[in-house]
Amino acid sequence: MSASVTAPPALGAAPAVPARRKPSSGRRPSVGRAVAWTYLGGVVLVTLFPFYWILRTSFSNNYSLITHPSSLLPVDFTLGAFRRVLGIATSAESLAEGGSGASINILHFAMNSLIFATLSTVLVVFFSLIAAYAFARLQWPGRDLVFSVLLTALMVPGILTLLPNFVLIKDLGLLNTFGGLILPGALFSAFNIFFLRQFMLGLSGEIEEAALIDGASRLRVLFQITLPMTSGPVTTLSILGFIGAWNDYFWPLLVTSDDSVRPLTLALAVFKQSSPQAAPDWAGLMAATLVAALPMLVLFLAFGRRIVDSIGFSGLK
Amino acid sequence: MAISTTTPARGRTATGRDHKTGPVHRAGSPAHRGDARLAWVLIAPAVIGFLAFAAYPTLRGIYLSFTDFRVLTPPQWTGMDNLKRLVADEVFWHSLGVTAYFVVLSVVIGMALSVTTAVVLHRLTASTALRGVIILPFLISGVVAATTWSWMLDAQLGIVNIAIRQLGLDPVFFLGSSRWAIPTIALISVWKGMGYNAIIVFAGLQTIPPTVYEAGRIDGANEMQMFRRLTLPLLRPVLAMVLVLTVIGSFQVFDLVAVTTQGGPARASNVLQLYIYDKAFGQFEFGYAATMSLALFAMLITITFLQMRLLRADESDTN
Repeated sequence: MSASVTAPPALGAAPAVPARRKPSSGRRPSVGRAVAWTYLGGVVLVTLFPFYWILRTSFSNNYSLITHPSSLLPVDFTLGAFRRVLGIATSAESLAEGGSGASINILHFAMNSLIFATLSTVLVVFFSLIAAYAFARLQWPGRDLVFSVLLTALMVPGILTLLPNFVLIKDLGLLNTFGGLILPGALFSAFNIFFLRQFMLGLSGEIEEAALIDGASRLRVLFQITLPMTSGPVTTLSILGFIGAWNDYFWPLLVTSDDSVRPLTLALAVFKQSSPQAAPDWAGLMAATLVAALPMLVLFLAFGRRIVDSIGFSGLK
Repeated sequence: MAISTTTPARGRTATGRDHKTGPVHRAGSPAHRGDARLAWVLIAPAVIGFLAFAAYPTLRGIYLSFTDFRVLTPPQWTGMDNLKRLVADEVFWHSLGVTAYFVVLSVVIGMALSVTTAVVLHRLTASTALRGVIILPFLISGVVAATTWSWMLDAQLGIVNIAIRQLGLDPVFFLGSSRWAIPTIALISVWKGMGYNAIIVFAGLQTIPPTVYEAGRIDGANEMQMFRRLTLPLLRPVLAMVLVLTVIGSFQVFDLVAVTTQGGPARASNVLQLYIYDKAFGQFEFGYAATMSLALFAMLITITFLQMRLLRADESDTN
């Protein structure tokens, strides 16, 4: 217990990194370091190679892939696969490049994913934020009891609630609607509330108290003072929430059967499962895969450091 | 877990009356008049969400598992019938076996690689970029990972099999053979989750004070001894958490299997979650599917409890 408590990092921030805590190189033979670096190189290679292979394949001509399966560069470079998955290739054109005839209107599904992921993220972060404020800053009877009851939800895994939630959404008539996709996760997240409450408890309440004494209303204090101060963790939770919703597969599989609301993960899975066993349109599949992964890669480039730090932090709760 | 105890004292003034810390938290003070009403307004969405989509479905799920329920007609109470059926259901036990095989492979390999990677990273470099690179697979969906690996592991054109043939070996039907389907999916799962776990372990390593290692070195311990006698014991709470989360996640594997093999060939990769889904949405036996969900939940609770006990997860050794 005692040792692990010695480094309490600020919530949402990286624990201070003591730069290079390696033993003096004199003690350890450099062979060990060489092995370690080789291992790390291998890990990076195995991690990144599939991403490169998505790129390489998606810019290839699907027919030519058969004759040059080991080429490290795109085979017979073409944008045909992207034209196929965007639905702008003629059928003659797509057959000529080895398309399967199965198509996927990927922009439509990407838009569905965007609506689903954005709405559910914004709503759940907002509702968690105001709830966290009530738990961290307001004085009311039963507060700690309600808080611990809500936290019990952390212990119930999806497996138990998914089927009954499906029945509920069906009874509400919300199958095949964005409402049905979003609602179960939009109102409440035990983890978000816990995370934001802990952060607010660590903030000084003096500015807020001063504003209250000056006659500002509670709500005004919440939105104009507390909210800006919590923008760090709010961003973190939004990024993690968006990633989770964008990548979600099981819940959309249960509640959507109609292309009008289906998100991209589902459409991609259908595209993969419906491509012919004999000669799949791998170039088209990889082009669709790239589009599905692209928003995550953009988020990663923009917020990589924050994502790494917040994952590291989540382990230290 | 240990760190949550560092909540500042301010947070513990639950009643506010026993602390004289200025005007900040006095329940009766003008600043807190009307707090209760506002509080309930603010937490109303969360409470409704909790009741409607967490508490109620949990109870309903337990109830449904003792019924015959086919969605279109109201559930019929059947008592222990579903449970008796479960005990005699060979497919269920087969699926449980397949799932357990998957869990053991992905957890053992995943933990070994995560801890190794975290320790190596910690020893060699503090580069955030490198840590960023290894969590990339965690950011993409299981469907994307599964589709990509299906292509790379394709028996004819997949780059992995081409490399294997270059070595003069026979191509491996990774996802198409009963023998390799589960190990292959387990490796894809490891590829996807390894970096995430490594980052958590890495963060745990950073909380170990360097003085511990200095002391170890003065006592003449070598790298391996320090890892076993210092790093592992001090890291135990973090490792226990990663282990528990990985086990829980692996037991519920679905999308990787649904996209790569759909449970095949010949049910060789028919994991439990896939069987439950098939019962519920393929054959509309919701009652029985709920029973299996409940059984899986009971197993997860038991396993988690045992892991926490065995690993004494809430405390770390100090020497």
